[in-house]
Amino acid sequence: MIKQFFVILILSIVGYFLVDAFFKVPFGEKRDNVGNYYIEKSPVDLKVSNSVTAIVVNYRGFDTLGEVTVLFLAATGLGSIMYRRKQKGEKEVRAKNPSSRIIQIGSQILFPMIILLGGYVFIHGHLSPGGGFQGGAIIATASLLMLISYRKFKVSHNAITWIESIAGVVFASLGFIGLVLGRTFLENFLPTGELNDLLSGGIIGIIYIAVGFKVASELTGVIDTVLLNNRPEAQKEN
Amino acid sequence: MNEFLTISFYGTAIVLMLIGLYAALAKKNLLKIVIGLSIIDSGLHLLFVAVGFISNGTAPIFSPEVLESAQQMVDPVPQALVLTAIVIGFATTAVALALVIRLYKHHNTAAIDEIKNLKW
Amino acid sequence: MIWLVIPVIVLVMMTIGAAIYAVVSKNLLYAVVSTGVVSLGLSLMFFILQAPDVALTEAAIGVALTTIIFIITIRNTTIKECCDEKKSKIESKKGELK
Repeated sequence: MIKQFFVILILSIVGYFLVDAFFKVPFGEKRDNVGNYYIEKSPVDLKVSNSVTAIVVNYRGFDTLGEVTVLFLAATGLGSIMYRRKQKGEKEVRAKNPSSRIIQIGSQILFPMIILLGGYVFIHGHLSPGGGFQGGAIIATASLLMLISYRKFKVSHNAITWIESIAGVVFASLGFIGLVLGRTFLENFLPTGELNDLLSGGIIGIIYIAVGFKVASELTGVIDTVLLNNRPEAQKEN
Repeated sequence: MNEFLTISFYGTAIVLMLIGLYAALAKKNLLKIVIGLSIIDSGLHLLFVAVGFISNGTAPIFSPEVLESAQQMVDPVPQALVLTAIVIGFATTAVALALVIRLYKHHNTAAIDEIKNLKW
Repeated sequence: MIWLVIPVIVLVMMTIGAAIYAVVSKNLLYAVVSTGVVSLGLSLMFFILQAPDVALTEAAIGVALTTIIFIITIRNTTIKECCDEKKSKIESKKGELK
């Protein structure tokens, strides 16, 4: 009973202070802050239509580098927690019965279309809503569909490791080139084209393509690691 | 009209955070605790994006015909922050679930009252 | 902006109802699917708040990937039902006797 009383006390204190703080901020009022500067400068200096992309990659690009590092650490930590050495005579546990013909043929047709949609989303990140993280998540969903409905679909961990490492190295080296040329880290050194062109925005498009590949391969690796772990029934047989 | 929108968006975000906090504090099953942490994340992201909204504003993307929109645009900085936060929240939830799997395989129970050792 | 009243009311009720059911329910599979419904309602609210990038990200990551990782955890560990204090002691004693 005492525990319930303390839980209700903590919830009411947190709730009171949250309501008191946030209901004093008027909803939907015009404010004068740094967002107006980014909206004015982004189609004029950088020639990029999507302001959120310009903020994530160019004006606050160092935070994106930190986020990519955190994702890499999480995928590595997950792989190391679920690591088991294979014992003798142990096979991978897969589904016992194959799925029906409709699911197999349907997922075979859908798989390249979903990958095409994901590629479109992260290539046109600076022209329309989208970007590297969204496109990577869509491609990971496509490989998840194939892993669930097909028994023979395998994802080779070697290919995933190589794609992820090369994409990360491309991102970091584009930042270092800015240092070598005598300007700041992650500075935009390529010429910016015209507005609403595919080749506009300097290095913004190239960075988002690298981020898209990296996120797609990482999330595919995470799902593959968690999905093909052995079940407890198979463990008890050993 | 304005008070109704204020109460609905801010109120939903704060209620979601309180529901998630209750699940993380008072539940005994490991999986329910992780579900509570995920719901706290969702409420926080909604609160951030709701602070940056401007009335009669539009999405911060320039269309091909006009260079300057006649309307005012919504603040783009909280949206950029929330974009990062969603991906990192998913990575944290995945690592927490891997720890739940290892704990269950070692102790064979999913209630935190039964797990008394500190080492797994 | 007067046409926003009915969609906002429906979305708020759906989101909060699904969150309460996810915390209270005893069947773990239903709780995980309710978490997916919370993410779906949240993605639609982001769209009403004029934020298309955030809505895309929440729909791709919150609805699809988070639900799948929860379901794979339930499958790998055979946690069947949520346990109260008495039920968890009874189940672990049954496991020891067998």
